[in-house]
Amino acid sequence: MDSGWARRFGLAILVHLLLLAAWHFFVVLGEVPKFVMPTPKATLESLFSGNYRWMENIWVTGVEIFGGYFLAVGVGVTLALFFSWSRLLDQLFMPLLVSLNMVPKVALGPLIIVWFSYGIFPNTLIAFSIAFFPIVLTTARGLREVEPDLLDLVRSIRGSRWQIFVKIQLPGALPYIFSGMKVAAVLAVAGAIVGEFLGSEKGLGYLMLQVQVTLDTAAMFMAVILITLLGVILYGLVLGLERLLVVRDARVQ
Amino acid sequence: MPASSEPFIRIEGLRKTYRTRGEDFLAVSDVTLSIEAGELVSLVGPSGCGKTTLLKILAGLHPYDQGTVQIGNPAHPFDPARDIGMVFQQALLLKWRRIIDNVLLPAEILGLPMKAARERARALLDLVGLAGFEDKYPYELSGGMQQRAAIARSLVHDPKLLLMDEPFGALDALTREKMNIELLRIWRESGKTIVFVTHGVQEAVFLGTQVAVLTAGPARMADHFEIDLPHPRTLDVKTEPRFGEYARRIYRLLGME
Ligand SMILES: Nc1ncnc2c1ncn2[C@@H]1O[C@H](COP(=O)(O)OP(=O)(O)OP(=O)(O)O)[C@@H](O)[C@H]1O
Ligand SMILES: [Mg+2]
Repeated sequence: MDSGWARRFGLAILVHLLLLAAWHFFVVLGEVPKFVMPTPKATLESLFSGNYRWMENIWVTGVEIFGGYFLAVGVGVTLALFFSWSRLLDQLFMPLLVSLNMVPKVALGPLIIVWFSYGIFPNTLIAFSIAFFPIVLTTARGLREVEPDLLDLVRSIRGSRWQIFVKIQLPGALPYIFSGMKVAAVLAVAGAIVGEFLGSEKGLGYLMLQVQVTLDTAAMFMAVILITLLGVILYGLVLGLERLLVVRDARVQ
Repeated sequence: MPASSEPFIRIEGLRKTYRTRGEDFLAVSDVTLSIEAGELVSLVGPSGCGKTTLLKILAGLHPYDQGTVQIGNPAHPFDPARDIGMVFQQALLLKWRRIIDNVLLPAEILGLPMKAARERARALLDLVGLAGFEDKYPYELSGGMQQRAAIARSLVHDPKLLLMDEPFGALDALTREKMNIELLRIWRESGKTIVFVTHGVQEAVFLGTQVAVLTAGPARMADHFEIDLPHPRTLDVKTEPRFGEYARRIYRLLGME
């Protein structure tokens, strides 16, 4: 099993390196102009040249992504818990959430900026609004999925609702919560960047618009890579937490 | 001695209707049955005849409209809040718990002392033939083994009454026969009163000290009679002429002859 893991890990690294190599040779052999596509090397060099304020921009975008995301997890899971406790709340708000989920959240961007002006906060809100729905919907679904016979078993020995919740419902919902969280992690990144595109004065998305004017493609590539890395870190965190908390077979694939 | 003449379970003139969307559906009509402590009663009948409904009434999960359901007698007092064990067609183990912790679920819910319960759970896993599987997860067990774990779980709080709803219905024929023999052994060793629901006529006769036959449309009790076959039973019992007679009698009651 260990060698199988090493093999898969090795193959994964190999295929990424191959992509880098293909990129490099495509640009060099195809004599692609620099402003269309820089080489991997030129892209990397942009990290150390020019006045891009990488650290500050990474920090701002990171705060927006992680802030919006964890806000979405907190609010989403809490709301779903309320829905599972109150039938009335569930019947009232679940259909509403399902409809609101259909609203393309990106389209709300300009409105959010009208309401909250430019900056980290509105962008965090956009990331939140886009990450929130998959979390609340999957969590609510997970909490609902309880075998009726299992409930009967617990009720036949007069188990309380709280016991059912803590021992069966909540742990049973964890795999669903994580599947929602994984989808949301990808969305939160997109949400924050769209926010920065729409209006902001800091962040990697903002930087991309700035350097676009001068056709500084290398910096744009670097920004995309850094945004991706932020997403990978978030996704990795969620994956690690899932490994820790959810038994292998119970995971939702 | 009137006390000992009182059965452990007395069901008389039981009637139950489900009300859904304004419509009444008669699920059980006029069931009368007495069960002594330590009996293993088979409840057999076609799909939809109200077997599960009857079990759920016994478990105190459903109200009923008419009749009497009384469990417990002076010799065998019954606490409805903790003396029920249930096994279903699906094992319904919690995927995120190890087998031992699955078995412990009822003990946790009842707030029993965990140290003693854990020892008991181990002993029960031994009893159902799962010694050594305590720390496995459900997905590491076969269907038959999962069902054994479910049986251990139903016994961990030492209930007086075991309600089993087609517990072997999802197993293949061979495993099922094996589980039948195992169940008889577990029943003998634990001394529990068991109500066992099944679709299988052979299974009903093989397991039961008594068989109650329910028929559908309208759901009612057709007959009930003792199975006078010696214990401990082995598969040889099935070749006895009396076994065939009992089976035929049930088929006849179900209108299948
Ligand atoms: N909660 C319910 N609400 C309304 N009708 C129900 C409910 N539960 C069962 N019924 C109806 O009552 C009848 C008896 O159901 P029950 O589940 O007791 O049958 P069963 O004998 O256990 O059948 P099977 O052998 O298929 O498990 C069925 O016709 C079923 O449709
Ligand atoms: Mg049934």
